[in-house]
Amino acid sequence: MSGDLAIDVQDLTRRFGAFTAVGGITFNVRAGEVFGFLGANGAGKTTAIRMLTGLLVPSSGRATVAGHDVARDAERVKRDIGYMSQKFSLYEDLTVRENITLYGGIYDLRDREIRDRSARMLANLQLEHAADQLVRAIPLGWRQKLAFSVALLHQPRVVFLDEPTSGVDPITRRQFWELIYDAAAGGTTVLVTTHYMDEAEYCDRISIMVDGRIGAMGTPAELKRDFKVSSIDDLFVQLARPTGSAQGPAA
Amino acid sequence: MSASSADAVVADCLEKRFGQTIALAGLSFSVPRAELFGVVGPDGGGKTTLFRILATLLVPEKGTARVLDRDVVKDLWDLRRRIGYMPGRFSLYPDLSVYENLRFFASVFGTTIEREQAHIAPIYSQLEAFKDRRASALSGGMKQKLALCCALVHRPEILFLDEPTTGVDAVSRREFWDLLAQLKASGMTILVSTPYMDEADRCDRVALMQSGRLLAVDAPKAIAQAFDRPLLAVRAARRYPALLALRESPHVHAVYPFGDTLHYVDARRGEAPAAIATELSAFLASRGFADATVEPTAATVEDSFIARMGAPEGTRAA
Repeated sequence: MSGDLAIDVQDLTRRFGAFTAVGGITFNVRAGEVFGFLGANGAGKTTAIRMLTGLLVPSSGRATVAGHDVARDAERVKRDIGYMSQKFSLYEDLTVRENITLYGGIYDLRDREIRDRSARMLANLQLEHAADQLVRAIPLGWRQKLAFSVALLHQPRVVFLDEPTSGVDPITRRQFWELIYDAAAGGTTVLVTTHYMDEAEYCDRISIMVDGRIGAMGTPAELKRDFKVSSIDDLFVQLARPTGSAQGPAA
Repeated sequence: MSASSADAVVADCLEKRFGQTIALAGLSFSVPRAELFGVVGPDGGGKTTLFRILATLLVPEKGTARVLDRDVVKDLWDLRRRIGYMPGRFSLYPDLSVYENLRFFASVFGTTIEREQAHIAPIYSQLEAFKDRRASALSGGMKQKLALCCALVHRPEILFLDEPTTGVDAVSRREFWDLLAQLKASGMTILVSTPYMDEADRCDRVALMQSGRLLAVDAPKAIAQAFDRPLLAVRAARRYPALLALRESPHVHAVYPFGDTLHYVDARRGEAPAAIATELSAFLASRGFADATVEPTAATVEDSFIARMGAPEGTRAA
């Protein structure tokens, strides 16, 4: 595959017993792209991300992430990607600095690299004064920005962000997106999930999963034009409830 | 401040601390009966503490709160039968089925699903197809509908819903708000908290909440209209570079991404937006954004929230 594809997915499928969680998805993400990975609860996003991050073996199909096959080279995939989620990213009982050191150690950075990079990171985030505070004591907005920077500490080629801005105030949410833009401008590829539909508009391209498949994919502007909707929110509703029925899928 | 019976909720100088942390810094507001009242703000702002106090589950340090003309501390046993409370975290029994969860909550209040059939029907009808499914196997949206149904089964006079739509996808969120609109139409008083600013527009009135304080309490339209600086929407193909360039424009107050546009707030109150648009187009063209379009736009509740919150704790302003 072409060298500038950071994520390349061909017919990726995962079944759990008789249930097909991901039913043959195909897409790719270019290096330095911000790709929004959307879908209703239960549409298969989490299963797909677990396969792309080397945590779950595909039933069939293949995927390459940061140049490594996710099924054969899961350990190298894990080494070359970053990951953060709203639910868990930092250890609350460690200080800011201890968290950075821990992650640096996990990714085999040298002491000097950890020192240099954490100094730069704390300066960028204007968090120097909080370096020795417990993570639990710092505001959620800071924590999320810090978690993102920590996920980038080992300079991964691809970073996966799973609802990174959930519950964050509107200013911090936007500052978080500026961190994403900065990382992408530096060549890092970003795959991000969100329930804020305005954030879908911030992505270079998005895909919307529906029942284990990709129901739509393109730039936000293309999708709005092709589906004749005024917002991604409207498109999302149209795809997820094609019959217009109020009855949602329960799985 | 005395409670008139027209008000379902009257909070007067409510204060609550947890150790060093001030969760509520003296809140006062009231909610008339049959209103759909939203408490909108980010995590950590005090929404859950407020809802727990109003639902009689937590005692305030200072101040008072009256719900349905009863004191939330002194009259808690009387109140508990009259209120429905849906906590922020999924509160149902994951190993029980949809039907069993509902039956359990009905029995706690000495009633049965059958007896309550008529008034829970609008919600239960959406759950009935899955009545034998374990609660743990429901989607996020369906879990929240079940929790709402359980909070309603004893026919409360008022509902406290703490972040019912957090983490729920955009479609299920819409459906949930449609249900709340139906309930409100039947005369129910509903207090609902949410971190999603766009949901403010579904409420009769909202309180914007941040760091234990209320930034504003009013109808969403009034909150949006109170935005007092010129606001313009900018579209440019290269969004992020355009945003950085706009921050260097001479009269900028703030610039931030907003949906598929950038929102530019001008520092000059009272300056005509059309004139600013012309000026800004020229500025962007001079910076290499010839494709950019600039037009005046109406502020939303989110713009107002951003303007009122100022810089969040310890961070530079956007």
